[in-house]
Amino acid sequence: MAIDFKPSGADLELKNVRKDFPGFTALQDMDLHIPAGEFFALLGPSGCGKTTTLRIVAGLEEPTAGQVLIGGKDVTASKPHERPVNTVFQSYALFPHMTILENVAFGLRQRKIEEPLKKAMDALDLVELGYAAQRRPQQLSGGQQQRVALARALVNRPALLLLDEPLGALDLKLRRQMQIELKAIQMEVGLTFLHVTHDQEEAMDMADTVAVMNKGHIEQMGAPEALYERPKTAFVSKFLGQSNLFVGSIVDSNKESLSIEVGGHKITVPKARAEKQKGKICIGVRPEKATFHRTKPNLSSDHVLIGPGEIIDIRFTGVSNQYLIDIPKVGEVTVFAQNVGISPVIELGEKVWVSWKVEHSFGLADLPAGNEDE
Amino acid sequence: MAFAAFGSGSAKEHKSPTKSSKIVLALLMPGLVYLGLFFLTPLFSLVVTSLEKPAASGAIGEYEYGFQWQNYVEVVTTYMPQILRSFFYATIATIIALLVSYPLAYFIGVKLRARPMLQRLMLVLVIAPFFISFLLRTIAWKQIFSDGGAIMQTVYSLGLIPRSEHFLGTDAAVIFGLTYNFIPFMVLPLFTTLERFDVRLLEAGSDLYASPARVFRRVTLPISMPGVISGTLLVFIPIAGDYVNASQNFLGSAKTSMIGTIVDYQVLQTQTYPIASALSVLLMAVIVALVSLYVRRSGTEDLL
Repeated sequence: MAIDFKPSGADLELKNVRKDFPGFTALQDMDLHIPAGEFFALLGPSGCGKTTTLRIVAGLEEPTAGQVLIGGKDVTASKPHERPVNTVFQSYALFPHMTILENVAFGLRQRKIEEPLKKAMDALDLVELGYAAQRRPQQLSGGQQQRVALARALVNRPALLLLDEPLGALDLKLRRQMQIELKAIQMEVGLTFLHVTHDQEEAMDMADTVAVMNKGHIEQMGAPEALYERPKTAFVSKFLGQSNLFVGSIVDSNKESLSIEVGGHKITVPKARAEKQKGKICIGVRPEKATFHRTKPNLSSDHVLIGPGEIIDIRFTGVSNQYLIDIPKVGEVTVFAQNVGISPVIELGEKVWVSWKVEHSFGLADLPAGNEDE
Repeated sequence: MAFAAFGSGSAKEHKSPTKSSKIVLALLMPGLVYLGLFFLTPLFSLVVTSLEKPAASGAIGEYEYGFQWQNYVEVVTTYMPQILRSFFYATIATIIALLVSYPLAYFIGVKLRARPMLQRLMLVLVIAPFFISFLLRTIAWKQIFSDGGAIMQTVYSLGLIPRSEHFLGTDAAVIFGLTYNFIPFMVLPLFTTLERFDVRLLEAGSDLYASPARVFRRVTLPISMPGVISGTLLVFIPIAGDYVNASQNFLGSAKTSMIGTIVDYQVLQTQTYPIASALSVLLMAVIVALVSLYVRRSGTEDLL
């Protein structure tokens, strides 16, 4: 590609960042380090503080306490226009009175970079919108405007590129397509990307590291696979994919595993996968890791078996079927089964047993809401 | 990359309805009749009057038709100072009105968005002076600025200017009156454009390395240009033709006569209608020329 971007961006560090708004605390003592060149996603529901974090990094919001360091330099007191950071806004915020080309050249002109129009044109070519250079933002579709916003930020070769739910306004198909493009561009230019989103699939698909935020703090941070396979809190296990959670007191413990008793069934988790190893704990399993059986199976001790229960709901989603099974004294359990055509035909109301491998269980550090009382 | 796949198709062309229905004509009728009776007819009469010559009878105020184009030569040679003064006052007053109104309109339209009640109250305050007659308000200012008034007494006793000097009757007094009287016409159009201004563009501008001053110059001002243009036109045009503020009965003196003052005098005192008409036509022509030049230069032809 024509633009010779810097080999990599700079790293970002947040130290004890806190943000109070009148009446509530948006961020509580946030510590975060994003290595240079990484694609980092902040994932969380609306109101969790992820956009506030991004705005603090951009300088659009002032932290109540704490420090922001970009490339090792403290920028906490710098104004937005003094920071080596560019943002792709959720609303795109393209300048309606300028052509697409002038929009992209805006940052270059402010910094008095030579040949702003040529560089802007190269950036537009990168997002394949060179042909629209002389149009106005209002003449472009949402997806095209999103790409202009991206080009307008990228062309400045910022140390850090901030993406504030940039795909939020696009339809599903376009969103998936843009995710692939965005990831490809990030790999190509090697900049540090900080991506804020509430779409867990988007975060897992694109980011090297995902931080799941809830109520102003980071619940868990790690590679997408690690977060999915071993969620550490009830919130993460429910926000990132779906989970079946079982709460009970530990009744059995050996060198390798822990077991709890729920409604007369023994549910086991390997010790290495259990965050909390005392008292009342919560064990979970992903629905696609569980299978159901129409007759009680004979399974060895490396399996968890619960049941019988009754199928109370079947949802067809195309690639898989989702079964909701009500197990007396345990509660509702979800099981995903691949729609491969040879799955047993099962009817609502049938009696089934549910099982999964002990190695697929995960033990949480906390208990789901409503189970706190001991 | 597969971006090109999302290229948008060309927008469908909308055909404007060409059939002239009877209903449309009926709806247009009152307006057309009104314009014909109260705009075109007087305009035609004005142009005709401006070319009339004194009646053969020689009676004062009696004129008859003749192609007396010399009226225009006479007007230009005699009243050049008043013509220039009118446009000078109008320019200065418009600039001051813009400088005062822009921050006010920005405050009401952008900063008070989160408080709609306060926003409405502020708008009412801007319009409130209209509840009292324009003439009464101008006379009130005459009282306030009179030599015996509190302001001038303070100024005199502080020794800022000698007691032989007055404020009333000066260029400054007239420009003050003109600016004051027309500020609401500047604030309202500015408010309407700034009210719709997307403040997220300010963040985008500062994110793209522009200081607040540059964001204003490159983003806010260009986007609010339609309001600036309509506001300045709404203020400049009536000020250029104003005859109240500059009059000796109000804030002016013999040294501050504007075109309107002369027309007023010619019509009511000397009854030299052709001269008054020629001045009016001239004023109108100059304003139309200036305005089209202005609008073209500022690149907002859509307004015309």
